[in-house]
Amino acid sequence: MSAHAGGYSADPGIRRIEWLPWVVALAAFFLLPEYLSLGARILIYILYALSLDLIVGYAGIITLGHSAYFGLGAYVAGILAAKAGITDPLVQLVAAAAAGAVLGIATGAIILRTRALTLLMLTLAITSVLLEVANKATNLTGGADGLSGVVVAPVLGMFKFDIFGKTAYLYCFIVLLLGWWLARRIIYSPFGTALTGLRENSLRMHAIGAPVYWRLVLVYTISATLAGIAGGLLTRTNQFVGLNVLSFESAGELLVMLILGGVGRLYGAFIGPVVYLIAQDLLAKQFPEYWYFGIGTMLVLVVMFARGGILGIIDGILIRLRRRP
Amino acid sequence: MSAMSPVLETRRLCKSFGALTVADNIDFRLESGARHALIGPNGAGKTTLVNMLTGVLAPSSGQVVLGGEDVTKVAQAARVKRGLGRTFQINALFRGLPVLDNVALAVAERRGVAHRMLRSANAHTEVRDESMDLLATLGLASEAGQRILDLPYGKQRLVEIAIALGLKPKVLLLDEPAAGVPSLESGRILEVLDNLPKDIAILIIEHDMDLVFRFARRITVLVQGEVLVEGGAEEIANDRRVHQVYLGEQHHA
Repeated sequence: MSAHAGGYSADPGIRRIEWLPWVVALAAFFLLPEYLSLGARILIYILYALSLDLIVGYAGIITLGHSAYFGLGAYVAGILAAKAGITDPLVQLVAAAAAGAVLGIATGAIILRTRALTLLMLTLAITSVLLEVANKATNLTGGADGLSGVVVAPVLGMFKFDIFGKTAYLYCFIVLLLGWWLARRIIYSPFGTALTGLRENSLRMHAIGAPVYWRLVLVYTISATLAGIAGGLLTRTNQFVGLNVLSFESAGELLVMLILGGVGRLYGAFIGPVVYLIAQDLLAKQFPEYWYFGIGTMLVLVVMFARGGILGIIDGILIRLRRRP
Repeated sequence: MSAMSPVLETRRLCKSFGALTVADNIDFRLESGARHALIGPNGAGKTTLVNMLTGVLAPSSGQVVLGGEDVTKVAQAARVKRGLGRTFQINALFRGLPVLDNVALAVAERRGVAHRMLRSANAHTEVRDESMDLLATLGLASEAGQRILDLPYGKQRLVEIAIALGLKPKVLLLDEPAAGVPSLESGRILEVLDNLPKDIAILIIEHDMDLVFRFARRITVLVQGEVLVEGGAEEIANDRRVHQVYLGEQHHA
């Protein structure tokens, strides 16, 4: 699968292997109908992780506050449906995207003037503030009880959300496909290459005349928009919004997924949520108290021995196999 | 701008950190096409001066004039756009990226295409071709696909210069281009320096006196934040004060 690093000598054509995730996702749709709600959740988290990979993996912005944009998207979609009577899923999604974008540009413009630990603390602060706002604004958000009564009209007035989650799954599938296309496009563009330049050496980017700050704000806003969309999708499939979407744990969990899958590789954002959420689903039922121990062990092993994540391990094996005569 | 006016100039430039003065009334002129060296013992304020010239550091008072315009308040990136390029004493490369992309990033910024998202980087053949040509002139064509961290140190120093050249600067500040390169390999760097386009005004900050006297036609000696003396290379080589504060120090070392 190889790392998708972009760059001026990288062929941007879609390789055959890159269709694999989509084939798997469609196969799962037909073969595992009883797991579609888990499947939709995985698709949503892939989009969410993809948005994180753009800023963490490519631009080198470290954050523990990405749940702010995800959670805002979820709440905006939910509040529109439950309080404003706007039940069109596409309108909800656009609103969630817009909310993510506005919050992304507003917060990004402030926090991206800082770096390293200060930046990390500020990202944390943003989610914490938002969480508290959602907690207190009970008439809008339902506070700690969560926001229920999310009504969803059929997509385009034609495709009803069924109780088996078929429409929801395909809906998430298509939105993820669009998000992936966008992220991939960015990564292989001059802008994407400039982002990797920022990750590798922001000092030098300044010295070659790059408007470093604006580039960071732009990619941060794009990422926040995608996260907002992912949040809107979650509301769509859950028909409920809980405070946990805004929590620091949710942002941390996402980072764990991305690191497990592989950071700055595009498809690490696919593998991480699949492994994490399936492990959670399988293990949490059997070992509700201990399942996180397994995830923790896996994370320690990956961080210590496989910095490229699971995808990095696969790449390493493939390279070794190819070298063999 | 007449041919005689300097391309880069400082006027009564001062910088102090609290009670410590690191630049004291520096009047400095870099003429167009210059091969000028800035020398001085450790702590003389060479790096501080470079940082003020490039806009990393704001002076306490005085002016920086680039191409006849006061740029004292102009940000670093905007000075680059006006033709001021620099290299770093300690490699400031994009270590995980291929050599080609290291240069292409600079070329793309100069060409104003670095923010584009719709077409792939690969499709910007003008950026790639120019970068490849530049690498070829520096003898790095065969390393274009290698990542910096897989490259020998001497060649990394060449990439350091290549990135700056990708900006097609009118003024180039070279901060110890041969720093850390074993003398056997530094010949290649000297060769590259000798072949730099004649119309670029170059200021080289250097410790290696052999390199300085081989390369520079004009030399400014900085001591404790002040210009001790400035003159032609021969003049400086024979200046007693310079021997005392700087060259002498080397003989004892």
